[in-house]
Amino acid sequence: MASSSASGSTATNSSTTGRTRGAGTGTTFTRWLGIVTIALMAAVVLFGLVLSPADVVQGESVRILYVHVGTVWVAYLAFIVTAVSSGAYLWRRTHSLTWDRIAGASAEIGVLFMAVTLLTGSLWGRLSWGTFWVWDARVTTTAFLFITYVGYLAVRGLGGSHEQRARRSAVVALLAVIEIPLVHFSVKLWRSVHQDASVAGRTTDVTLDGLMLFTLVLATVAFTLLYVWYVLHRQRVMAMEDALDDKGLDLALAERRREAQDATSTTGEVTN
Amino acid sequence: MATGATSIWATARLVAAKDLRVERRSRVVVNQVLPFAALVMVLFAFALDADAVLERTAPGLVWLGTIFSLLIVVQRSFAIETADGALDALRVAGVSPPGIFLGKSIALAVQLFVLEVLLVLLAIVLYESELDAAGAVLLVTTLVPATTGLAFVGTLYGGLAAGTRGRETLLPLLLFPVVAPVLIGATRATEAALGAGGAATDEGWPWVGMLVIFAALFGVGGTLAFGPLVEE
Repeated sequence: MASSSASGSTATNSSTTGRTRGAGTGTTFTRWLGIVTIALMAAVVLFGLVLSPADVVQGESVRILYVHVGTVWVAYLAFIVTAVSSGAYLWRRTHSLTWDRIAGASAEIGVLFMAVTLLTGSLWGRLSWGTFWVWDARVTTTAFLFITYVGYLAVRGLGGSHEQRARRSAVVALLAVIEIPLVHFSVKLWRSVHQDASVAGRTTDVTLDGLMLFTLVLATVAFTLLYVWYVLHRQRVMAMEDALDDKGLDLALAERRREAQDATSTTGEVTN
Repeated sequence: MATGATSIWATARLVAAKDLRVERRSRVVVNQVLPFAALVMVLFAFALDADAVLERTAPGLVWLGTIFSLLIVVQRSFAIETADGALDALRVAGVSPPGIFLGKSIALAVQLFVLEVLLVLLAIVLYESELDAAGAVLLVTTLVPATTGLAFVGTLYGGLAAGTRGRETLLPLLLFPVVAPVLIGATRATEAALGAGGAATDEGWPWVGMLVIFAALFGVGGTLAFGPLVEE
């Protein structure tokens, strides 16, 4: 950001492309984080698909759960981070937009992981329960969380100033903290009244084989690191987008004026 | 302007009276929303056909009709605020946002209440629902917190979407997930009140408790959040 703003002097084509190549969103830390994450992901694939055994009851479909559990953990973590940083934005006196960007980046990644969770969950459900969907309280709450944060992202896209976006979306994120427990509570009450415990046998965590448990923990750690890696980059991209919004027009205007000057001035005056 | 409790309530009364006066003179809800709600009930009958199904599902259809109509009433409620920059004028005049929130919620609740009574009457006439004395007590007790909760949530998200581009399409996406607990709770309580599907009357009371919690939480949350939402 700093390098792009202090670049009034020379604006030839070659130097522009050079700057763009240099100014990424990576730092030494995120590069190492990325390498570790990719290595762990490879290990998850190895353990999940090859080394860990098939389940006695569920058979090969148990392998879906390594992805399912990892992503659902990350999705809920992402929404907690969104809520906490939204609160931090509203209550900190500085109203730093960094909090807002962390909230937004986290929600985007959370929605992505929640979609993967719902997809893998319904595929696994089809294999294990014989149905893609059940009106279980946990499943329904997860779906509502997904829709709510899709709405949150829509609110972020409404336009207006950065501060408007930050305040509006922070309030929506905090209202979701009221909403989601209420949805969970009401769906739970609804199911307990109208349906006997037909899907209560969700016994994924009863007697796990040692290698399966290790794979599950490994997958959870890998997905968590993936989340941190994504959020760090996304948050920096958002900061760049905001900076571009703020300064982009000024820079474009300055460039046009310079072009106009170059065009009007005769070719003899190249001493400047 | 002073921000004491009395001034908030005075503001709320004035805002509510203003909204209801606008409605009394324009009759948009009476002439357009109530007929729409009645139409929805007839359309449900076309879609679900059999009498037995309608009698069984009547409570859910009443609340679905309410929530669809809520969307229109909320949009109307904030259309009159954003039309001539009325909301900006209120803010410039230093009117307290919690007062505006409570006032608009009260006006919205009054209109919704009329709408719900109409829908219940239609269910009795069209869907052969039956209501006895104990059921009527439960039904009225259900309507009060359910309506209050819907009005709070409607005002809150209506205020959020007011004055932004694409608000017509955004509002249902934000509003419907939030009102899902009201749909569940109010439907179950109304089932008990109307005896739909053989439900006993006293099965409904726990749901009334949930509706009260919902209304209280969003009442407090809305009063706190409305200020940051509308001050741009």
